[in-house]
Amino acid sequence: MIGRILAGEKQLFHDLIRPLERAVFVMLFSLLRSETDAEDAAQEAFIKIYRNLSSFRGEAKFSTWALSIARNEGLAWLRKRSARPEEPIEPVLDEGSGDFTPALLTDWREIPAEALERSELRECLRQAILKLPPIYRDVVQLRDVQELDIQEAAGVLGISPGAVKVRLHRARVMLQKELVPILKAYVSPAKGKMRFWFGRRV
Amino acid sequence: MKIDCKHVWHHISAYIDGDVDALLRAEIDRHLEHCEICSAILDSTRNIVVLVADGRIFEIPTGYSERLHERLDAAMAEG
Repeated sequence: MIGRILAGEKQLFHDLIRPLERAVFVMLFSLLRSETDAEDAAQEAFIKIYRNLSSFRGEAKFSTWALSIARNEGLAWLRKRSARPEEPIEPVLDEGSGDFTPALLTDWREIPAEALERSELRECLRQAILKLPPIYRDVVQLRDVQELDIQEAAGVLGISPGAVKVRLHRARVMLQKELVPILKAYVSPAKGKMRFWFGRRV
Repeated sequence: MKIDCKHVWHHISAYIDGDVDALLRAEIDRHLEHCEICSAILDSTRNIVVLVADGRIFEIPTGYSERLHERLDAAMAEG
């Protein structure tokens, strides 16, 4: 399809990028933490992908290449924003620092996916991801939210697969520690059933 | 090889992804059989990984796709 687009069938570009629209937005939202900025950056990113299509060599998957361009666009937005004094700069966590001990518990009753009908549960999960330090948020977003494989996530981030695994492990532990106390409130310990189902008590 | 809780925690993410070798997996499984703390840590972490992957966690703004393709059409028209 890329060859046909480059040969002049420009409209095919719409079909080419449709499977990536969501992934690019979510990645940029996770990076910029603003829907408006993420949408604007996504538009700029897709225009760059279109204009640079002839430089795609097929060494990586198209999705990896396109997500890398989108991520670079997001990083450029971050740099622009950090130049504005009213924008707080996120602290950069050193790879070696941080507490990566999980929350200790003796019993876990599974929270089923149906529970995500509850908007406050979705918000808890979203906020926990957005609160992660950037280097850990990146890997969770690509690996667990977008479900890219380790190699692809490494390609998008420009780091080794081993580094992806280390960061992913730490990120998952941090999420577990943050979310276990919150999510436990969604389970009724007496019966082991969800306390809320679609807005009503059971 | 006998492993302790901290050793299990260190491999939780790889264990969830099926990225530990057979020997280590067998050791972790043996540990999990008698350690309710590590079992609960593993279950809760795996549960969170599944929930995070749900497409409803991050929603796309209404009209995002339409606005994107309109913008692309405008960019393509410019050349």
